[in-house]
Amino acid sequence: MSQWETVIGLEVHAQLQTKSKLFSGSSIAFGAKPNTQASEVDLALPGTLPVMNMEAARMGIKLGLALGAKLNLHNVFDRKNYFYPDLPKGYQTSQLDLPIVGEGSLSISINGEEKVIGVTRAHLEEDAGKSLHEDFQGMTGIDLNRAGTPLLEIVSEPDMRSAQEAVAYLKKLHSLVRYIGICDGNMQEGSFRCDANVSIRPKGQIELGTRTELKNINSFRFVERAIEYEVERQIDILEDGGSITQETRLYDPDEHETRPMRSKEDAHDYRYFPCPDLPPMHLDQALVEEIRATLPELPEAKKARFITEFKLNEDDASVLTQDRETADYFETVINNSQGETKIIANWVIGELFAHLNKDNLSINESPIDAARFADLMNRIADNTLSGKTAKQVFAELWSSDKAVDDIIDKKGLKQITDTGAIETIVDEVIANCPEQVQQFKDGNDKVIGFLVGQVMQKSKGKANPKMANELLKTKLN
Amino acid sequence: MTIQTLVSLKKQLADKSISSTELTQESIKRAEASELNVFITVTADQAIEAAKTHDEATPSHSPLAGIPIAHKDLFCTKGVLTSCASKILENFISPYDATVVNKLNNAGTISIGKTNMDEFAMGSSNESSFYGPVSNPWDLERVPGGSSGGSAAAVAAGIVAFATGSDTGGSVRQPASYCNLTGVKPTYGRCSRYGMIAYASSLDQAGTFTHTAEDAAIALNAMSGFDEKDSTSLNVTTEDFSAQLNNSLAGLRIGVPEEFFGDGLNNEVGSLIEDAIKEYEKLGATIVKVSLKNSSLALPAYYIIAPAEASSNLSRFDGVRYGFRAQDYGDLDDMYTKTRSEGFGAEVQKRIMVGAYALSSGYYDAYYAKAQKLRRLITNDYLTAFETCDVILGPTTPEPAFKKGSTADPMSMYLNDIYTVTANLSGLPAASIPAGFTQAGLPVGMQLTTPHLQEAKLLNIAHQYQQTTDWHTKTPESYAVSEPAVTTGESS
Repeated sequence: MSQWETVIGLEVHAQLQTKSKLFSGSSIAFGAKPNTQASEVDLALPGTLPVMNMEAARMGIKLGLALGAKLNLHNVFDRKNYFYPDLPKGYQTSQLDLPIVGEGSLSISINGEEKVIGVTRAHLEEDAGKSLHEDFQGMTGIDLNRAGTPLLEIVSEPDMRSAQEAVAYLKKLHSLVRYIGICDGNMQEGSFRCDANVSIRPKGQIELGTRTELKNINSFRFVERAIEYEVERQIDILEDGGSITQETRLYDPDEHETRPMRSKEDAHDYRYFPCPDLPPMHLDQALVEEIRATLPELPEAKKARFITEFKLNEDDASVLTQDRETADYFETVINNSQGETKIIANWVIGELFAHLNKDNLSINESPIDAARFADLMNRIADNTLSGKTAKQVFAELWSSDKAVDDIIDKKGLKQITDTGAIETIVDEVIANCPEQVQQFKDGNDKVIGFLVGQVMQKSKGKANPKMANELLKTKLN
Repeated sequence: MTIQTLVSLKKQLADKSISSTELTQESIKRAEASELNVFITVTADQAIEAAKTHDEATPSHSPLAGIPIAHKDLFCTKGVLTSCASKILENFISPYDATVVNKLNNAGTISIGKTNMDEFAMGSSNESSFYGPVSNPWDLERVPGGSSGGSAAAVAAGIVAFATGSDTGGSVRQPASYCNLTGVKPTYGRCSRYGMIAYASSLDQAGTFTHTAEDAAIALNAMSGFDEKDSTSLNVTTEDFSAQLNNSLAGLRIGVPEEFFGDGLNNEVGSLIEDAIKEYEKLGATIVKVSLKNSSLALPAYYIIAPAEASSNLSRFDGVRYGFRAQDYGDLDDMYTKTRSEGFGAEVQKRIMVGAYALSSGYYDAYYAKAQKLRRLITNDYLTAFETCDVILGPTTPEPAFKKGSTADPMSMYLNDIYTVTANLSGLPAASIPAGFTQAGLPVGMQLTTPHLQEAKLLNIAHQYQQTTDWHTKTPESYAVSEPAVTTGESS
């Protein structure tokens, strides 16, 4: 309906999970007391110098390999000069012309269709500190714990055409950085941050419209809402005959609106130049191969394997490989149980996910670890538990650390699989329900369900329904 | 002969004709009595305590143990004011030691204080210091050179036998030349820059002021070496810079660049350098004409690169975390503006402005990128010249020490660096050694430059000259050392 096309490019800042900062030995752990993780280098004391943390470079290469990107083995750090109180050196050390990762791509799935999103580049840079405005009357506090934390800024091409595509790309990238273990992806703590460049143009026009840059969108939901709001805002302006101002806008999730932060005219001249304290980085192919060998199975490959190896359908395989922890959990259960893979997939996606969501837990925080979950699946597979009793055991497992078999014993949930015991109940039911027995004999097959139900009721749900069914049929034919 | 050398002091300490405490007390006495304005800080109590500790400890094998020295005030010294001669650091007590300071401490030297300098090492006259100018002990109305003017004056006036300096465009060699000293700037990366407050990172290198080349070797042996805290420090095996001192110069090929003997060179300076060349011929060297055809571009390239790096390096002095902050200010921008306008002197502000301009969008290629190209051309000139010679010899400066207040025109001051900046741009080791005096009694220095990492050779060439000449043993009359304990200097 709309005559407008949306064009979106994303800039993601992923905080790298190194032990120490990009150019100093300080820890990067989140939440420490202000300025306790700031060394003489982080404070930019006179005379201090940066030393490259090679772990960060390795993580950059890892991402490059995962994106199938061109790697710049010769890459250079530049200084981006500007003054701000939480930027201790008065410049940010970043990479301008020769970033560690060059062109690559990431494919997303939109309504069942694959779409390839170009990745322009990814470069290493240091984070700034934090300015704390709240706690100081008329003053600003500076916390430099975060200053110098290693970031990879991952810049996409303006290849996305809707907020949904932007979110799909972001989720895919989020999953990828966690898969390869370079970023914890925690959006609340700011370890995975996103800025969106948004513009619109009349459908069919090749030239890009004037863009705005949206900042402060720190959840998938906010990314979607901020972009949707911004697109509406831009359409309104253009349809009213106005024009878009190139500027940076801040998204306010409480008001659900974007507000101007600074315009292009206020843009700094950052006076970039190669950092003379850091010689250009020369990495060799041997290092790249060494890192390639440590690369885990990536989401796409894992999903394909789940489909062929475990005979899962596309949807189940997607859900179970969306993050590495879920996939690992699922595979551990499979490896420790004789159950059918489809049944296990249903239990993970159904019962387990429902409980995790309800208690707002990640799969790593699940009270039922993969080993106990596998035991539960085994008791279903060997007919000790029915689907119904298994749910009772699941509930007990969720709230206690008891073993599966102990719960079954204690609650007397063990399914009756002894033919003699079931036969006794079956005989009783046949005797008690002459009417239904006659109906069955007259050819009404459906009534068998009622009779099985009676057996289950008498056995308090413990009789194996399949065996009850078979015994009834044998006796009545 | 009246100079005190590190070698002679070590001998006196070893035979117990003097104690470190006595030596240190004497140095402090002279430092405090001096009217040259050499020191920004004298750490008398700490020095005497360290000297006493030395005297009580078992004798050290270090050739520097127990000997008082002084550090240029851009080396961070733990617990001591480290001002860079700037108001903006007038209250900065460093919480850590520079690597060079640490190494010299470990070698047993006793630091008696921090020497005056041009603010942030920007200047060739030591007149840009927030703490006022330093006087040249050879003529109090003249400058000692800069930027390491205080360190040069401290050694020339007999306060210490060795002081550290830093050399970005000639800041060790030019004052050494003005003060009749041996000043050495080693290969870029030899000495760690960690804790040496940056002026221009790609050019800065620590250096030494001593009377003799033999002493310079001892000092450099202690100061240099790979430091993992400085990514630009050279990871090469350390060598003994004293090892080649006594090698014969027979067959040495000395390159003389015609470009260093053209217009602008003072006649007296020129003829003294000619004399030095003849002296080297007597020592068995042969003279080779070489050409450094791009050397006229060195000064313009230097005055783009150095201010550009400085404009960024000095951004950390913002009044936020340490150092001076303006008293009254409105918003954040006003705080920055007032702090930096009041905290930095005129020369520093000028260079920051020049550097920021050279890096600004639209001018980067025309200035900074072009200057970096020139830098490569200049380096190539040297590498080509070294295919036909072992060392390049010329004057250190076009003129001897000039009078204070005579550099109102900045270009005339910048010209002082004309022969020295090339070694910084190309990272080569270079030294200035005493080569005689003008009619007016002002010292003149000659500059020796060798290929990268050939400091041992450089010092050998300097030392052999000092074996047959005595220019380096001359001291300014009013500062002649008279104490009997220290008048037995080596007849080196």
